[in-house]
Amino acid sequence: MEKMPKWADVVLIPVISLFLAAIISALVILFIGESPTEALTLMVNGALGSTYGWGYTLYYATNFLFTGLAVAIAAHAGLFNIGGEGQAMIGGLGLALVCLYIPFPHWTIALVVAALGAGLFGAAWAAIPAYLQAKRGSHIVITTIMFNFIAAAVLNYMLVNALKPKGAMDPATAKFPESTQLPSLSEMLAPLGIEFTNTPANVTLFVGIAACVLIWGLIWHTPLGHEIRALGKSERGAVYAGISPVRTVMITMLISGALCGLMAINNVMGEAERLVLNATEGAGFIGIAVALMGRNHPFGVFLAAILFGFLYQGGAELALWTNIPSELIVVIQALVILFTGALDHMVRMPLEKIFIAFRKENA
Amino acid sequence: MDMLTLIQVLDSTVRMATPLLLACLAGLFSERAGIFDIGLEGKMLMAAFFSAAVAAITGNVWLGLLSGIAASLALSGLHGLASITFRGNQLISGVALNFLASGLTVLIAQSWFQQGGRTPSLTETARFNGVELPFAIGPTEAAEAGRPLSQLIAEANVVQQVWSELISGHSILVYVSLLAVPLTWWVLFRTRFGLRLRAVGENPAAVDTAGISVVRLRFAAIAICGLLCGIAGAYLATGLQAGFVKEMTSGRGYIALAALIFAKWRPWHALSACLLFGLLQALALRFQSVQLGGVTLPVQLMDALPYILTVVILAGFVGKAIPPRAGGEPYVKER
Repeated sequence: MEKMPKWADVVLIPVISLFLAAIISALVILFIGESPTEALTLMVNGALGSTYGWGYTLYYATNFLFTGLAVAIAAHAGLFNIGGEGQAMIGGLGLALVCLYIPFPHWTIALVVAALGAGLFGAAWAAIPAYLQAKRGSHIVITTIMFNFIAAAVLNYMLVNALKPKGAMDPATAKFPESTQLPSLSEMLAPLGIEFTNTPANVTLFVGIAACVLIWGLIWHTPLGHEIRALGKSERGAVYAGISPVRTVMITMLISGALCGLMAINNVMGEAERLVLNATEGAGFIGIAVALMGRNHPFGVFLAAILFGFLYQGGAELALWTNIPSELIVVIQALVILFTGALDHMVRMPLEKIFIAFRKENA
Repeated sequence: MDMLTLIQVLDSTVRMATPLLLACLAGLFSERAGIFDIGLEGKMLMAAFFSAAVAAITGNVWLGLLSGIAASLALSGLHGLASITFRGNQLISGVALNFLASGLTVLIAQSWFQQGGRTPSLTETARFNGVELPFAIGPTEAAEAGRPLSQLIAEANVVQQVWSELISGHSILVYVSLLAVPLTWWVLFRTRFGLRLRAVGENPAAVDTAGISVVRLRFAAIAICGLLCGIAGAYLATGLQAGFVKEMTSGRGYIALAALIFAKWRPWHALSACLLFGLLQALALRFQSVQLGGVTLPVQLMDALPYILTVVILAGFVGKAIPPRAGGEPYVKER
């Protein structure tokens, strides 16, 4: 018999972890001499109080959707993909090459081809660590960390030595042609009579939601998903059931890398409309927190991505109006990872005891 | 490249290798005891900030060093709590600690000094200054002669250049880090504690059967790890540079991790690996690109080389790197 009902595992534990993270963040804010309640009010107003705030919240959330899904699907196979940052960078490179060198008649075609380019590049960047893990047993956490740094160097080289327009100072590509510009959320909502401030939020949000649904279907309703989950539960069991670990690890990581690469549609094609050096802004790492918080379930990832989108937009507003730097969000992110990931047992053990005691009383 | 430039590059290599070496040895203790630690970066960053902050406030660099070590030990304690006491995932705990350090340092720096997440520049006694070895040409000689130091060194003979530029004039922590290598070797391979520590990383159940506490040994190992990371961070902020700036470790914790794998978890090899990676950093710092037999190596390649080399080693194409067997797994005592 399970020690706890499923809802406690899925809802209660993340909520308690979030609550603990919030309390400690409040203490940190107090320690640096600011008011936690004022900070929270500012964050809520700044991120959710206007369509402007919502736009930015959803824009950030879209980034985290992709990286969160990427970490989640790898986790189902028992792999910790910490290389989302590098995969997203290289995905951005693939997308930039497509947008710069292929002329497109319309943004819809551009979106499909650019997504292919970004996904392929992201997947390729995940392929080497995946191969080394599957075939040679090199620890995927270490290799993906190394590949993050190598990706940064590759991107730097490409931008400075190859893609930078002649005479330009900053390491960035030229602006993408107009035919590749994606419609923003405000442009899409205008025909429906909804007034929405112009923000970076764009059509990619819907691509992200579609990805959530697809990944959900893949994990729970396809033979491949079954193989992935079987491998994650027990490699020996999976092998006994005739599942090839090498093949499953490769496919999982290719999907994971492709998802990270796809993030580039949002931040590179949708927002910046050119490739800059620090385009990913740590979103690859936030994916870890998002997946942990969302319990590796696509719907959970969706909710957690919105939560982190709120935190990022709220944090930016805080930095604007108070003496609290936006790094507060990094602290909150760290605490969420700590409580939902590493200190999971600390939260879980007392809760399990309560549930067992409760059950005994009822019996 | 003339002789003096070579000596200067090597001198810079030693400086760049020092924080790597300390962090690498820190990771060595932790991972040999079966605790993976990807939080080296965070511990160094935390130590860098607190050492610089306390040194800036008190004007005493030794108090700074102690605070840096204390801050790094606190993070080590948290890592131990998560990965030993609550048997959590050591990798996730390490990731969390890195973010915690990266956020907290800027938050506190902004609150204490209001300089955009940095500490004030450290001067005089708030910094670790160079140690002048006997017969070396240093700032005192330059002041006596009333001429710039670089000029005096350029005029000296090669032996004097090596002695004055490469060997003398480093901060005390550089020599400490070099001494830490034989010390680590001796502790790990010549003492009872070291034997037990290595055993707990290979087969904790056997250690437990012998009546020795696995938990205590692993906590001891991560305490040493915290201490060494603390010194590494303090060196960064008060020796190598004069003060803390945001994200000043800039991936050194990960390079140390790479060096640890490159050295296959052995102390003397760690020294060579860190010197090699230090040389790459020194070259990248001094030259925009390096000419090697008609081929131009871009600076980005030198930045990426430690990681590429490590992946090659990890892949097992050139001698396989095998980590301690019980690494990463929490120990559950049988009931």
